[in-house]
Amino acid sequence: MIQVYNLHKKFGKNQVLSALDLKIEGGGIFAVLGPNGSGKTTLIKSILGMVVPNKGSISVLNKPIKSGWKYRQKINYLPQIANFPGNLKVKELIAMIKDLRQKPSEEDKLIALFGLEPFMDKKLSTLSGGTKQKVNLVLTFMFNSPLIILDEPTNGLDPATHIKLKNLIKEEKANGKTFLITSHIMQFVEDVADEIVFLLEGKIYFKGSIEALKTKTEQTNFEHAIAAISSN
Amino acid sequence: MPSRQYHPIKAMIKILKYSFYDLMRSRWSYVYFLFYLLLGFVLLFLNNDLSKAVITLMNVIIVLVPLIGTIFGVMYFYNSKEFTELLLAQPIKRSSIFIGQYLGVAGSLSMSLVLGLGIPFVIYGLFESNAIWDFSLLLITGAFLTLIFTALSFNIALSNENKIKGFGYAVLMWLFLAVIYDGLFLMSLIVFEQYPLDSFSLAATMFNPIDLSRTLILLKLDISALLGYTGAVFKQFFGTYIGVVISFVMLGFWTLIPILRLSFKAKRKDF
Repeated sequence: MIQVYNLHKKFGKNQVLSALDLKIEGGGIFAVLGPNGSGKTTLIKSILGMVVPNKGSISVLNKPIKSGWKYRQKINYLPQIANFPGNLKVKELIAMIKDLRQKPSEEDKLIALFGLEPFMDKKLSTLSGGTKQKVNLVLTFMFNSPLIILDEPTNGLDPATHIKLKNLIKEEKANGKTFLITSHIMQFVEDVADEIVFLLEGKIYFKGSIEALKTKTEQTNFEHAIAAISSN
Repeated sequence: MPSRQYHPIKAMIKILKYSFYDLMRSRWSYVYFLFYLLLGFVLLFLNNDLSKAVITLMNVIIVLVPLIGTIFGVMYFYNSKEFTELLLAQPIKRSSIFIGQYLGVAGSLSMSLVLGLGIPFVIYGLFESNAIWDFSLLLITGAFLTLIFTALSFNIALSNENKIKGFGYAVLMWLFLAVIYDGLFLMSLIVFEQYPLDSFSLAATMFNPIDLSRTLILLKLDISALLGYTGAVFKQFFGTYIGVVISFVMLGFWTLIPILRLSFKAKRKDF
């Protein structure tokens, strides 16, 4: 699904990723974790082609991405900050993304799931943070793509929506989708993730199941295991 | 699964359309439009003379259009940062995103200008008047200035992550081209008084889109006698068919070069 080889990225003097190698096979939920500034978002954005690496190569679905852009039709991405053009209405935004992607979509089901019907005719600038995040989720999940990348998907969600999101992710996983997720909510990660990719100082420090991580750090609690691996 | 054709130009036109609609609904587009509408009506009905109204308008347009283009360009670019990121994650070529947004902003500003001034003039009876060519020239140069300064401000915003810095540089650029450049130009004319300065003046005018537009309109309005000897040289140049063509080619370059740089820089930027 994704192959990253010898990836280097520097922002000014700050070396964010250094010689990062990562291989992700298809199917399953991969949680990209790491302390603040460890390069999680940079890694994700490199895969999306939003960040241009200094060195190294990335392949998505067995094709090198270089400076291409067509491969992104196979990816759904949820950005960290849900901020949209304020003058657009929710339904116009959804129509616009559909228009740009030219792909069959099933937004109605998702709009019903997140209870967004009363907001469809509202302008995006009038929505609360949590509602915006729901719109963000609809935009991400409405297309059928093999790879789904979520950057902090739980931001601003209430508990009920949080549970709906988890179920949605599990459902899509059962359909054979591959997920890359970053989150600081360890409970959420523990609930959904099949495998942990732990970044530290621009490298993959650990890759494996939650159980393997607990064994390695000799911790019984996942959150403590993550804390232990960060401080080692 | 059938793979669809994602044509970069088609995607660009779509983004243009959305940016345009987005701006068309913002309050500021209306303020800008109403300002020109009001200006047009007031000038016409106070002056009662189309040619004089055109000259007054020129003085306003030459300074205001670049300023609005600069400020709107920078503001739109920074305000749509997250939206741009959303588009960047879609299967769309980068240059389509930025050029589409640019054309959306420049297009909506140009439309406010052309409609805002056009409506009062048409009502006043422009089509029966001789001033129609002067007026058209005014609107065309106004549209060019919008295209040029929006493109320049997009470039500045793209190269500066820091909003305050970007805003500052953009306003400085406007100040330089609208005010300081003329000062330097005049000073050099005084300092090098005893030398022949015709070619220098011509070249200096060409290298500032605001001066170029002003000269183009002034000479068309046949008041070049006010400009003295240099004016005569200018008249000789701009008055001819070739001179006008060269001027428009220069305005074209002023538009095209920033757009090319925008597309080039956008490809290499991290978001």
